[in-house]
Order: sequence, then structure tokens, then C-alpha cells
Amino acid sequence: MLSYVLRRFAGLIPTLIIIVTVSFLILRLAPGGPFDQEQTLSPAVRANLERAYGLDEPLLTQYLAYLGHLAHGDLGTSLRERDFSVNELIREGLPVSAALGAAALLLALFAGIPAGIAAALLHNRAPDYGIAAASAVGLALPSFVTGPLLALIFGLTLHWLPVAGWSAGSLRYLVLPAVTLALPVAATLARLTRASLLEVLRAPFIRSARARGLGPARVLLRHALPPALLPVVSYLGPAVAFVVTGSLVVESVFGLPGTGRYLVQGAIDRDYPLVMGMIIVYAVLTLLLNFLVDLLYGWLDPGVRRD
Amino acid sequence: MAGSTRACAVIKAGARSAGGLWQRAAVRLRSRRSVRFSAGALVVLVALAVLGPFASRWHFDAIDWQHLAQAPGAVAGHWFGTDRLGRDLFVRTLTGLRLSLLVSVLATLTSLVIGVTYGAIAGFTGGRTDELMMRSVDVLYALPYLFIVIILTSLLPRGSLTVLFVALGAVGWLTTARIVRGQTLALKRRDFIEAARALGVAPPAILMRHVLPNLIGTVIVYATLTVPQMILFESFLSFLGLGVQEPRASLGNLIAVGAQEMSSAPWMLIAPAAVLVLLLLCLNFLGDNLSDALDPREH
Repeated sequence: MLSYVLRRFAGLIPTLIIIVTVSFLILRLAPGGPFDQEQTLSPAVRANLERAYGLDEPLLTQYLAYLGHLAHGDLGTSLRERDFSVNELIREGLPVSAALGAAALLLALFAGIPAGIAAALLHNRAPDYGIAAASAVGLALPSFVTGPLLALIFGLTLHWLPVAGWSAGSLRYLVLPAVTLALPVAATLARLTRASLLEVLRAPFIRSARARGLGPARVLLRHALPPALLPVVSYLGPAVAFVVTGSLVVESVFGLPGTGRYLVQGAIDRDYPLVMGMIIVYAVLTLLLNFLVDLLYGWLDPGVRRD
Repeated sequence: MAGSTRACAVIKAGARSAGGLWQRAAVRLRSRRSVRFSAGALVVLVALAVLGPFASRWHFDAIDWQHLAQAPGAVAGHWFGTDRLGRDLFVRTLTGLRLSLLVSVLATLTSLVIGVTYGAIAGFTGGRTDELMMRSVDVLYALPYLFIVIILTSLLPRGSLTVLFVALGAVGWLTTARIVRGQTLALKRRDFIEAARALGVAPPAILMRHVLPNLIGTVIVYATLTVPQMILFESFLSFLGLGVQEPRASLGNLIAVGAQEMSSAPWMLIAPAAVLVLLLLCLNFLGDNLSDALDPREH
């Protein structure tokens, strides 16, 4: 088991280096530059700026220098917000984004999987139809519709929760954004769990477990759920990616000071170090969480480990 | 000679059972009232998107200076009300729907063409090539797709529709490629492929004549589920200001404006959001039912 874990973990590093290289190239080969918006720059000033940030060097030199700094954990200085290093910007925003993402994922898991189990156990009865309808709506509502709607209902009309904003350590500001972000994931999880559990419950080994006189709870928890949750676990990888990018919209709808805005604004402004920093943070997050999902999968299904 | 006729029979049997599958699926689909209902709603929505704007005397970017930000019903002729600039929201919502549909269907086609070609070649070739091709897909998966879209949209003038659907398609093909590869790997081991190979059919011909036709079912099901995703994705980009640009309307940028005006002028959000949700519900529902109907394990 340990060698499997180590092998999978070692495989992440080359992937990360390839991601860094590919995005570095895409970013630099795209037209436009970080100093384009400032119309009044004279060629001499622009040349000075580019020299100050090392942008006049050959691309290969810049790339190697970037990798060198990266190896020391230094992501460089933002070209737009010049008083801040990329590390500082990310250190400020990431806790907010991470809290939002973690809350949304947990919420989706604790709402979606039980809902799917309930729907499968009450197959073709009222709760099943209710959950199917709710998850269909949850899938069809984009977060930039649910966000404003929830803010309108629970913030502006009922005054239960703040409409927008953030204060560190206060969970009240996290509720509406997390619910907004969790909704489509919970809907997908419920549908997946329902479909897969229904299939497993029809399998012969479940019939034989029942025939051995095991109680319904034991059949469900010990025999049916572990195999039924395999497709659910493999959806967690895409779910993580969804939450990471989805948090971008949710952060802007609810005015949260997370890192989401840096990726879009940075890419539009060609703020090279900021965009690269964000891509690396997102890629590391996605890779690590997918790695954990793979481990969970291997734990649930021993057959996977042999590959 | 006997071997070749038997192989031909196997191939023909494969083709026949595929036709039977489709016929049975059609019967199953038509028998469900909810399917007929959502298919009808979808046809109405598409017809409205194409013809609806002609029913009103307003153009999508015509400004009615006398009636700025009017609620529905306040002024005759503006059935869904007007926005801050006095533009008719009925016409804007429907032209937005038309644009969203157009972009998402084209984007789905783009992603299918790339994804099916890539996935089928990877799965059919196998070995090192397959490994290399799928590893690149993994790497692209881990890149935040928004970054790729932003860079792609900046290669050409902002708001160009071609760029928009190429960008969407370029991102969407990854999942298609994975699914198609998996299906191809499973098909490759089937008897009729083996038979074709034994008959001396060249690999490219096997791919074109025997593998691709058998992928159609999977691809169609996946496509019906991709269109709603592309619609969401298009509106997501337009919401961020990266997609369709003013004065053009798409469901995404209408909702973006509506969300800002929500507390003072809720109708600006409700009309486009309701159309978007209805459209996505119909498409998701039809896609699910189609994949159920084509799934041999059901029934």
C-alpha cells in the first residue's frame, strides 16, 4: 500500500512541471503584454519597465529563472499591484477561497449522498420523485442565478443572513455562498448515489446477504454502500475542479475577498506572475485532491491497486 | 471462405442489433408522457428563439427613450418590460436564447469532432501512443480551463462568436475523448472487430466502418448532455464579461445585468433566468431519458 501511495505521489511532480511549462508558454505566446493598457508609456519607459521585471531577456532564460524561484517557493511580484508579491496576494485570499470550497464540498457530500440513498431505498415513491425533481432543478440553476436569488430571499427579504461581504472567523458570511456553490454538486452526487445504489441492490450478492438473514441496515452499510459509492468517489475529482472554478463566480456574486478574481483579472491584464501563481495553486489543489480521491478509491476497491 | 462468410454474418448481426436498439429506444421514449412534454417545451423554446423576436415591433438594440426600466405590463408592447437603457426585454431574452443555443450547439459539435477523433484514435491504436495521448488529456484537465478560454478569447477580437464556440469546444473535448476512448477499448475486443481484422481489413477502415458507427449511441447521449453544459458555460463566461459583449444579448449577460438590478428591477433577472432554467431542465431531462432508453441494462 505504501509503495502504491508513494508511486502515485511521485507521479504528480512531472505533471505539475508540465502544467507550469505549458501555461508559461501559452501565456507568453499570447499577444499583448502587461504594460499595454497604460497608453501614455513612451518606448523608453516601457523598455525600462520590461528590463526591471526581466521581461526583455530571452524566453528560455526567463523560464529557467521562474523555475528557479518557484523551487524556493517564490512566485514573484505582481506586475499590476506592484506593492504586493504574488505570495502575499495568495496568502491573503486563499484562506477565504479554501474555507468556501471546503464548506461547499462538505455540504454537498452530507446533503447529496444521504439524499441519493433515501431516493434509492424509497425507489418510485414520493420522496424519490421529490429528490429527483429537486436535483434536476439544482443542476439547471447556474450559481449566478441561485446566488442572487438566495441573497434576495434570505438577505434582503428575511434578513437572516448577510447579503454579501466577509469577516474573518464569522460563519454567517459563509452560509449563502457555500450553499450556492454546493447545490449543483449535491444534485449530481444525489443522482449518482441513487443510480449506483439501485444497481447494486439488484445484484445477487445483496440477495444472498438478505437470505442469510442479515438486517436491512447491515446489508446497506456493510454490503451495498461500499461498492455503490465507487462511482460517487470517482466523481469527486471533477467535483473538486467544479468547486475550484465555481468559487470564482460565487466569490464575485457575494463579494468575498478570495483569490478567484486574480485568475480572470490577471489573465486579462497579462499580469504574468500573478496568473502563473494562480494556475500553480489551482493545479496543486486539483492534483492533490484527485490524488486523495484515487487513494480513497484504491481503499474501497482493492482491484485498482494492482495496476 | 467459410470463415469470411461467418465473419460477415457476425458483422451484420452487430449492425442489425444496433438498429433494433434504436427502434426500441424510440418506442420507450415515445411512451413516456413527461418525455413528450419536455420535447414539446424544447420545440416551443427553439421556435420562440427563431421566430419570437419578429413578433415584437422592437429590435434587440433599439432604445425606447420614453420607457426606461419599465416593469412587464407597465407599457403596452414591452411584454417582459425594458432594461435601464429602454431596450425591450422580450426581444432581448429571445435573441439571447437564440445566441446561446447557436453557440452551444456549435461548441458541442466542435468538441465532438475533436473528442471523438482523438479518443477513437487513442483507444484504437493503444500502447504507447494511447498512454501519451491520454496523459496529455490529464495534464490539460488539471489546467484551470478558464485560463485557456481567456487566452483563446484574447487571440481574436473580444466578443467574436467564432472564438467563443471554438474556446468552449476546445475545453469540452477532453471529457468526450475520455469517454470515446473507453468505449473504443471495449469495442476493440468484440468479435466483429476481430472478424474484420481476420478478413484483412486495414486498421483505418476498421476504425471508420466498424468502430465509429458503434460509438454513435454513446456520442449522441453524451452530446445531448453536453449542450446544456455548454449553455451554462457560455452564460458563465458572458457573466464574467468574457463571452458575448453588449449590445448583443445572450442569456448569460442578461442574467449578469439582471443580478445587479435584482432588488430594484427583479424582472430583468427573472425573464432570462426562467428561460435558461426551463431550457436546461428540458435538455437535461431529455438527455437522461435518452441514455436510459439506450441502456441495454434497463428493462
